[in-house]
Amino acid sequence: MALKLEHVTYIYGADTQLPVRALDDVCLEIPDGQFIGLIGHTGSGKSTLVQHLNGLIEPTSGKITWDGRDIWEKGFSRKELRSKVGLVFQYPEHQLFEADVFADVCFGPRNLGLPEEEVKRRARRALELVGLPETLYGQSPFELSGGQKRRAAIAGVLAMEPRILVLDEPTAGLDPKGRDEILGQVTELKREMGISVVLVSHSMEDVANYVERIVVMSQGKVLFDDRPREVFSHKQELERVGLAVPQVTDILHRLKKAGFDVDVSATTIPEARDTILQAMGRTGCG
Amino acid sequence: MLRDITLGQYYQTDSLLHRLDSRVKLTATLLFIISLFLVNNLWGYLMAAVFLAVCIRLSHVPFRYMVRGMRAILFLLLFALVFNLFLTPGTPVLRLWKLTVTKEGIRMAAQIAVRLILLIIGSSLMTLTTTPNHLTDGLESLMKPLKKMRVPVHEVAMMMSIALRFIPILMEETDKIMKAQIARGADFESGNLLQRAKAMVPLLVPLFIAAFRRANDLALAMEARCYRGGEGRTKMKPLIYQRRDYAAYAVLLLYFAAVIVIGRILPI
Repeated sequence: MALKLEHVTYIYGADTQLPVRALDDVCLEIPDGQFIGLIGHTGSGKSTLVQHLNGLIEPTSGKITWDGRDIWEKGFSRKELRSKVGLVFQYPEHQLFEADVFADVCFGPRNLGLPEEEVKRRARRALELVGLPETLYGQSPFELSGGQKRRAAIAGVLAMEPRILVLDEPTAGLDPKGRDEILGQVTELKREMGISVVLVSHSMEDVANYVERIVVMSQGKVLFDDRPREVFSHKQELERVGLAVPQVTDILHRLKKAGFDVDVSATTIPEARDTILQAMGRTGCG
Repeated sequence: MLRDITLGQYYQTDSLLHRLDSRVKLTATLLFIISLFLVNNLWGYLMAAVFLAVCIRLSHVPFRYMVRGMRAILFLLLFALVFNLFLTPGTPVLRLWKLTVTKEGIRMAAQIAVRLILLIIGSSLMTLTTTPNHLTDGLESLMKPLKKMRVPVHEVAMMMSIALRFIPILMEETDKIMKAQIARGADFESGNLLQRAKAMVPLLVPLFIAAFRRANDLALAMEARCYRGGEGRTKMKPLIYQRRDYAAYAVLLLYFAAVIVIGRILPI
């Protein structure tokens, strides 16, 4: 069950004076059970790309296949695809509309035409997964706090039980605590349900600790597609397209420049600590 | 999706029409619309159409782009067409079940259709070539005489410009919410009228909330910048007539006089 993009190109406003090539020959494969970070500067084509993943936008040229079938061929049910590829937009709390939280989460599974008990079971499970307490189920979604609203909205997509969950900037506008909570829960989710997660972000720092693969977008093209440590080793190229490597990686690069024999591919704080201690031991400073 | 609706939007390019003073364009649009309703023969409409075609050519806005925006009002057009076709009394030409098509009805329907199409293309040509800011400035300046009658001209102009400015923003918002709900399995395109109306709830509720939120933010931002209405307010870029604007007025008057003479005197 893999989603595959082959040479996908998308042009906004092709017949106007200002056509914008938002995606340029993008090739990408999303297999089962992978945690992927999709990173790029504002306007790099990330959001356009994710809207291709569940058939909201038709590519100008190129092919997108789900399980080997072209999603734009005649007779392919994109409605069904959308239940397999769950897309959580930026600021998803702006899509809440029902009278209470539980009803809002039921909206997705109900649209799939499931029996009522199954709808309720899925909604309950999704709300549990995002960690909203049962006391909030009956409340109006507009009375929740910002972080709670967002979790309710994410639950609304999760309740469709997708195979791939795409989150577009899920931490935008949240404080560091809210950010860590959401990202922690997403990791938990991925492990528990065995689904693939695509995390869209403009911040390396956010994704470095969570994902196993990073896709870097720049000007509509895929610049890198590799494991985090490999991607972060291209510090100069990343900075040229307006992205920063995580702070630990940055520090290690600087230490290396200053003559310390550290391993610059460390991406997390514990890894960095180990390699720094090792280097200090070797040079005899520690 | 909704990006296709071009009605009331500004099309960025450089042309003679874009550079004209907004007061000229407003007056021109008004006179053009009046001329459409004064004319009552084929030649007059032909002249109006040619005049409009020349303006479109001068504007450098692709005709295809303009027509795409018309799809939104197709329904209105059909409505007017059908009603005039069947409900105008006169000499019968064709009988369909209980409805009668009359000679006068055909003429009336054709006239209404032509008027509506020219009217909408004509007025959208103005918004396509004039930025909302210029449009408001022009309106404010043209309505100045009404100030003596205690009409809050500046405020009206400001409200209009805000409304215009928010069309594309709300469109974008609608597009976004629509996509978000489609991603959750919503279906806006199939079903009968009642089902479709019900399907709009998940779109309209968030849209209204977004509109109120934006209005609130805007009011706050305006107050934070000490906005308090038009009294004693000066312009950074005041409107000044250039030579081309006077020339445009001359052409406009010429057109208006000619179209009325031809459009009302000649038979057919």
